[in-house]
Amino acid sequence: MRPFLYESSSSVQEAIARSGTGSAFIAGGTTILDLMKLEVMNPSRLMDVNRLPHMRGIEMREDGLRIGALEKMSDVAAHPELVANYPVISEALLKSASAQIRNMASIGGNLLQRTRCGYFRDVATPCNKREPGSGCSAIDGENRMHAILGTSSSCIATHPSDLAVALVALDASVRLQNEVGERLMKLDDFYLVPGTTPDRENQLRPGELITEVRIPRLPWARKSSYLKIRDRESYEFALTSAAVALDLDGDTIRDVRIAVGGVGTKPWKLATVREALVGKSLNHETVVAAAKLAVDGATPFPQNGFKVDLIQRTIVRALVNLGGLA
Amino acid sequence: MELPADCEPDRQEGSSRREFIRRLAAVSAGLTVAAPLGRGAAVTQESLPKSPPATADGPQGWTEINLTVNGNSERLVVDPRVTLLDALRDRLELIGTKKGCDRGACGACTVHLDGRRVLSCLTLAVMAQGKEITTIEGLAKADQLHPVQAAFIECDGFQCGYCTPGQIMSAVACINEGHTSSDLEIREFMSGNLCRCGAYPNIVDAIKVAAAKMKGGVN
Repeated sequence: MRPFLYESSSSVQEAIARSGTGSAFIAGGTTILDLMKLEVMNPSRLMDVNRLPHMRGIEMREDGLRIGALEKMSDVAAHPELVANYPVISEALLKSASAQIRNMASIGGNLLQRTRCGYFRDVATPCNKREPGSGCSAIDGENRMHAILGTSSSCIATHPSDLAVALVALDASVRLQNEVGERLMKLDDFYLVPGTTPDRENQLRPGELITEVRIPRLPWARKSSYLKIRDRESYEFALTSAAVALDLDGDTIRDVRIAVGGVGTKPWKLATVREALVGKSLNHETVVAAAKLAVDGATPFPQNGFKVDLIQRTIVRALVNLGGLA
Repeated sequence: MELPADCEPDRQEGSSRREFIRRLAAVSAGLTVAAPLGRGAAVTQESLPKSPPATADGPQGWTEINLTVNGNSERLVVDPRVTLLDALRDRLELIGTKKGCDRGACGACTVHLDGRRVLSCLTLAVMAQGKEITTIEGLAKADQLHPVQAAFIECDGFQCGYCTPGQIMSAVACINEGHTSSDLEIREFMSGNLCRCGAYPNIVDAIKVAAAKMKGGVN
C-alpha cells in the first residue's frame, strides 16, 4: 500500500471541500483497502466519512423508503420494515459477501464497489478501466465471469453489486451531495456503460458523495425476491442473478419489476421483458417467451456463452418461484 | 479449565506455540541448537517500536491513536496504512488473530468491534479508535474458556488450527446474532471463514453445542 494522509471530518461541506484530485472517501473500507493493497487504487489522501451527519437511518416515509448511505449492509438486510416491504433488497444483501463484510460495508460503498474482473485487479496486465488506453485483457483472455450485455471493445467487466440490481429493479434513486448542492438521480441513470471510457463507471463527480438511497413506495414489492446463481452456494459473486417483483391479479400479471446481474456492465434493467409480461397470464410459456427478450443484442465471449442460456433460466425460475408456479 | 487428555502435553512442557515457532525460526536461521533459543531469534521488543522511527523529516502522517483491546487502553503511534490486524499482531503482540489472505477473503483475522464481527485486515487501526475491540485473547474469562472455545475442543473443530481463532470469533457472533437455527443457516452465516483442512462438519457441530450451552446461560 502506498503512503496516504488520513483525515476525518464531521462536516459534509468540509469533507467535500478537502477532497480533490488524488483523494478518496472511505466508509467501510472493504473495497478500497483491498484495492489499495493491490495498488489498483492509490489515493494520496483518505477522507473518513463515518462521522458525517445525516447519512444514517432507515425510515419508511410517505413516498417510500430512505436508507442513509452510511448504513451497514447487515443492518439494512435485517431491518423489519425493509424485510416486510422490499424483501428483494434484504435477500440481495444477504446473498452478498460474508457476515463480517456485511457488518463493515456501507450501502453507499456497496453501490460504488469496483468490478471483480481479474485483470482490473492485477496491475501487471493491461486494463482500460484501471489504465485508460492500455487495452482490455479479458476480451481475448479469461472471460467466463464477464458481461454479455452493455459491453464495448474497451471493456466487458460486470458490475458486481447484488444490491444495485435489486435497487435498479425497484426504480431507486441516489441522493448526491457536492460542493454546490444536492441532486437526486435514478440509480439506473447513475451507472454508465463502458463505451470508450470504462474508467468512468458512474455519474459521480470528483468530491461528490452518495448521502442516501431512496426507494419509491411500491406496496406490491412485498412480493419480490432475488435469485442468485453462482459457482459456490455462498460467499461468491453472481454468474447470473435476477431481482423480481410481481403484482398479480389472480393469475394475470398486473405489473412487474425486473433487473438482472452478472450479465451486464451495469445492473441491467429489463424494460422489454416487463412489457412482454404485463397484462399476460402468469404461466411457464409466457415467462419463457419474455425471458428470451432479455438477451436481445447479447454479445457472448468465448468462455461465457453459457450466460445467454443461464440468464433466461434464472429469470424464468425467479418469476415461476415468486408467482407460485413451481 | 478442563481439557481432554490429548490437549495436555503442550501445556505441560510449559512451552507455547509461539515459543515453538521461535525455536523453529532460530533453527532455520542457521543458528546452532546450542545458541540461545527463543529470545535469540525472537521478534524482540526493539523490533516492535511503539513509536515511529526517528528520521530527519519525521514520519509522514504518523498518528497517535488509542485502541481499546480486550478492555485495555493501548496508545500507539502508527502510519495510517497500518491495519488493525497488523497493529494487534506486530505492535501489541496479540498474535492469536491470524493473517491469512490479508485481502478480506478468508476470515482468519476476524475480531469483534463493539461486539460485531469484522475483518481486521480490511480495517485501518486509526479507524478502530473509540470502539471496543475483542480478540480471541479476550474471550476466555481468566482460566474459564468461552463456551465456543470449549465446544471447538470437545467437537474437534479444527486440524491445523490456523483458521480457528477467526472461526471462533465468527462463531461467537453467529450465535449472538441468532443464526444457528439449522446446519444450513450456520453454514451460510459462517461462509466468510474458510478452513483449508476442511473441518467444517466439526465446526458446525461445535457451534450447535456452544449455542445450546449459551442459551442455557452458561456464558
